[in-house]
Amino acid sequence: MTDKNALELKDLSVAYRVGRRNRAVLRNVNLTIKAGEAYGLVGESGCGKSTVALSVVRYLPRNGSITGGSIALDGKDVMKLDAEALRRARADSVSMVYQDPGKALNPSLRIGRQLTEIFELAGVTGQAAEDKAVAMLNRVRISDPASVMQRYPHQLSGGMQQRVAIAMALANDPSMLILDEPTTGLDATVEAEVLDLIGQLRRELSASILFISHNLAVVSNMCDRVGVLYAGMLVEEGSTKDVFNDPRHPYTVALLRCLPRGGQRKDQGRLDTIPGFLPGIGANIVGCAFADRCALATERCRAEPPPLYELGDGRLSRCHYHDKAQSLPRATPAEIAATAPKQAPPVLQVEGLNKTYASHGRPLRAVKDVSVSLRPGETLGLVGESGSGKTTFARLLLGLVAPDDGGSIELEGKQLAPRLASRSEDQVKAVQIVFQNPDSALNRSHSIRHILSRALKRLGGLSGKTLDTRLEELVRSVRLTDRHLAVKPRQLSGGLKQRVAIARAFAGDPRIVVCDEPTSALDVSVQAAILNLLADLQSRQDVSYIFISHDLGVVRYLSDKIAVLYLGRIMEFGPSEAVFSGPHHPYTEALLSAVPKLDRTESSRIRLDGEIPSAANPPTGCVFHTRCPRKIGAICETQEPELTEAQPGHTIRCHIPYAELARLQKPKIVEPA
Amino acid sequence: MSATDTPASLPAPAPAPDTAQRSPWGEVLHSLSRSGTFLTGLFILLFWVVCALFGQHFVPYDPLASDIIDALTPPAADHWFGTDQLGRDVFSRVIVGSRDILTVAPLATILATIAGTALGLVIGYFRGIVDDIVSRVLEAFMAIPVVIIALLAIVALGTSKITVIVVIGLSFAPIIARTVRSAVLAERELDYVAAAKLRHEGALHTMFVEILPNVIPPILVETTVRLGYAIFAVATLSFMGFGIQPPSPDWGLSISSNYGMIGGGFWWTVLFDALAIASLVIGVNLVADGVHGAFND
Amino acid sequence: MVFLGGQVLPGNVGRAILGPFADQRAVDALNHSLGVDRPLLVQYGSWIWNFLHGDMGTSYVFRAPVAPFVIDALGNSMKLALVAFVLVVPIGILGGVIAALNFNRPLDRIISLGGLSVTVLPEFVTGIILILIFGVWLRWLPIAAAWPKGAGVLTQLYYLILPALPLFLVLFGYIARMARSGMIEALDSDYTRTAVLKGLPWRTVIWRHVLRNALLPTITVIATQTGYLIGGLVVIETLFRYQGIGSLIFTAARGKDFPMLEAGILTIGIVYAVATLIADFLYSVLNPRIRLGAEQ
Repeated sequence: MTDKNALELKDLSVAYRVGRRNRAVLRNVNLTIKAGEAYGLVGESGCGKSTVALSVVRYLPRNGSITGGSIALDGKDVMKLDAEALRRARADSVSMVYQDPGKALNPSLRIGRQLTEIFELAGVTGQAAEDKAVAMLNRVRISDPASVMQRYPHQLSGGMQQRVAIAMALANDPSMLILDEPTTGLDATVEAEVLDLIGQLRRELSASILFISHNLAVVSNMCDRVGVLYAGMLVEEGSTKDVFNDPRHPYTVALLRCLPRGGQRKDQGRLDTIPGFLPGIGANIVGCAFADRCALATERCRAEPPPLYELGDGRLSRCHYHDKAQSLPRATPAEIAATAPKQAPPVLQVEGLNKTYASHGRPLRAVKDVSVSLRPGETLGLVGESGSGKTTFARLLLGLVAPDDGGSIELEGKQLAPRLASRSEDQVKAVQIVFQNPDSALNRSHSIRHILSRALKRLGGLSGKTLDTRLEELVRSVRLTDRHLAVKPRQLSGGLKQRVAIARAFAGDPRIVVCDEPTSALDVSVQAAILNLLADLQSRQDVSYIFISHDLGVVRYLSDKIAVLYLGRIMEFGPSEAVFSGPHHPYTEALLSAVPKLDRTESSRIRLDGEIPSAANPPTGCVFHTRCPRKIGAICETQEPELTEAQPGHTIRCHIPYAELARLQKPKIVEPA
Repeated sequence: MSATDTPASLPAPAPAPDTAQRSPWGEVLHSLSRSGTFLTGLFILLFWVVCALFGQHFVPYDPLASDIIDALTPPAADHWFGTDQLGRDVFSRVIVGSRDILTVAPLATILATIAGTALGLVIGYFRGIVDDIVSRVLEAFMAIPVVIIALLAIVALGTSKITVIVVIGLSFAPIIARTVRSAVLAERELDYVAAAKLRHEGALHTMFVEILPNVIPPILVETTVRLGYAIFAVATLSFMGFGIQPPSPDWGLSISSNYGMIGGGFWWTVLFDALAIASLVIGVNLVADGVHGAFND
Repeated sequence: MVFLGGQVLPGNVGRAILGPFADQRAVDALNHSLGVDRPLLVQYGSWIWNFLHGDMGTSYVFRAPVAPFVIDALGNSMKLALVAFVLVVPIGILGGVIAALNFNRPLDRIISLGGLSVTVLPEFVTGIILILIFGVWLRWLPIAAAWPKGAGVLTQLYYLILPALPLFLVLFGYIARMARSGMIEALDSDYTRTAVLKGLPWRTVIWRHVLRNALLPTITVIATQTGYLIGGLVVIETLFRYQGIGSLIFTAARGKDFPMLEAGILTIGIVYAVATLIADFLYSVLNPRIRLGAEQ
């Protein structure tokens, strides 16, 4: 590693013009990436991560401008480049890959054309360019490059599109590669593959990497050094290992505590949270930007902006009390009332539920023969990638979609009509939902008071004074106050909106609440508070949850039982601990292995090949056989395995006998302590 | 542990820091009040509204009084815009000429908005076969130019202001219905509509209380745009002889009865009416453009 | 797949025409009671049948077959529309593209507001103003589109410029506006960012990456404008005393010459359907997402 710096930001300040004011997004950011180094930049939404990336390539939005500082790429000041020199810099030395590859590729040009034009810039044309493009696609592990060259982006899956985007970024052999949330939005197994690819390419190439992500675990696996951005300022920097194991800024400390880690469960205590809010873009900050949310803050923190203290070993922290950072008191007490194990009869009993859609004239089995049962106060976690039927299953329960004939749903021993319209008022209020996106779930024209009152009226059957009393209780139970009632949803932050949505679901004392990715639109610190709230409400009201999430850590925290779905089928069902600790279905094994972990324990990795098949055209035999790393032979291709009971209450759909699975998975997924 | 005994260290979250904003409508008004386009348009529109309401009290001549001796005099001090072939004062006629068009066009627009909104809400919300059929019919209906629809209807029903209002109103309704429908289609996929279903809300509540308030912005924009086209259509129909009827000093009508003589150089008999229509139409469209901008910032 | 959209449309037009027609027939029956004892639908069916075989009925006013009048008029209108179209499509698109490339700068404002203003003016208003300027004051162009018999193409063109101009103005704003918003969207897109960050020269970015995606929607708009164009023809042909399909319909409506009216309207319905079909075809050829949509 040479001492040459691939990227050097000096006092970089960027502002966006909103209304007639310049609002600061980045404030005096200093950052250096050495040649060949991978640098991770983490932070919650709105902290300015992407602005850093766009400044480096000088592609800020129209209303954005660099208000101070300098950016040096390979020692050249980017801001002093004229149009032609800037173009040459983009062509020769810096490349960028960002989120949503489907949009990043031109929809009306073939992949081949989009690749060859890069080589043409370097003077390679015709067949030579084609050959180089094919080689590039090979390099990003695309198995059939010649045919991919002929395709249009919409004909490729998300994972393939991102590989192509990476191929395009690497085609000019850049010295600086910027990856801005490159795997956000991809399925877990696909994300793992793309991250593996990036990791491998790093070893093959000389490029320095700036890796931007909201996901701490992803960054910890990919990067040598990491910087934590807060309110447009770098608050901590150091080697990845140091920062994540021994954080020296209260923000980093708090952020790490928000994540459910190491198989933590709801009955082991609450997650910690970060109180308050990120300062708004352009806020006038006196003193430390984090002071308002920091339990360690003193008068000094509010008055005197902390400098970036150098702590040796290349460690930096923007905190007056960096030596005490780890003694940050918890914002939320950990202890939680223990709930006695229940032996009540099931609140929900689903038998042989099916849902078939018609897709281009062919049947698409979104949910196939699903049976589950759930007791009061329990959480059933639904796990699986896109197209697994999680959401369809939830909608069937709610009655928003009618199932095929045959199956049955019983609520507290009584048959539930397939259609919402034919369910009784009691049944309707008993099964409610918290949606993923509160912006969509809350009517933006109505005040919070209207939204909750209407729910209390329709679901709680209340009116007049009793409604007002109950409204107050309801609002308090989700830790909102009266002043939130008068506002419209858009005046609240994402976390507060989600609380309103939760309150609405609880208006009629539900028996079952479906939580459909309720925290995936939220930042980590907000997510923790919502998970705590859900756990509290559950222990108090004995409500059962159907909890859908792609984040296995979150699912594990909240769930008592887990159902793993793949192409509409339950592959594995059982008590949460049994499913997570294994032995488990090969698909579950792969899903668990795909989760990037903060504590870098290189465990036996299982990677899935190929794409998730279409539910309209599922593979024969075991639907997982096309991607299964433990396929045993022809039987997997011809005969669909039954869900068989491996242990009491734990069922697995696999031809491999349980004992054999146990043996195969013996050096089981290392469980982070 | 219950919610009430959570420790004091757990403060209720404050509203997000940037709550101190205007309400959405306040923001729209604020942005309108700063839009030069909108204000210019509004000024022109208000000028003609004042002329329509009070014009007859301050014009120098009776717009209908003919004076054959003074016919076809070019613009001069006593007749600023000259006189027409019947010797009527063109200036007075232009000022008062806004009256009929500014009655007929807005009424037609209101009719179109009400009918179109109701239709759009219903087909957008219920979808299914009704939507398929109605949308196809609407699409086809929109393919026929309004002028031709009006021509046919007026031939069948006879000419009157009511006919013109109904014809323009009904031929614009599908366009508004289409706008409302596509807005409703987007809204009904949002989860708050599913949440309403999960409260057993009736269709009427969902359509009018839940969805309607959220589709008002596109309706408002479309309505202002339609008002511009209604003026366009009324003027055109009057010019063609199927709209407002004599002896009204209506602009389109005046042009229609005088343009045959432009070859003879009597330009003032048509120019001022043409400019009046132009200014009104442009004014309304500037307003529409401003409204569109304010809602889509 | 490709033709699906297009195939539905012609059916629509037919159905739509049935609406006003049925009314007309009723009126017709009352006024003239000319062999209308058959049910309306049968009558309509047989009339369509005859129409498709070239028999468009007999004019009440001229006591002669309608077909020659309609065909003549259609030819004249096509000439006029063609002049307007050939001028407006490239100029409109160019205007929109230039406006978008100068987003929020004075040139953009001028094109956008200017385009908006001329688009919303009724054709007879712009027509009158243009006649006054070019026909009466400057005397550069003839004020009626009636060229001498046997005039050559250039002479005809000379006579057609003035009537084509109001149509041009109406369409210019529409097309420029569509092209502009398509361009702005494409310029703001992620794929344009990708192209720029590849280090491609600005011209290549625009020509290869932006224009094609930006102008796809504009193509559809141009086709739907055929409807408006025909409406405009009625007015323009009347104003300029031009023997086209518009003035034919207008005269027929005034004279209550129903066979003529029906034939005229069905003709423009067909023209509209064909235009839509062509646009649909072009759109799907240019858009790989539709062309190859089924493959995935």
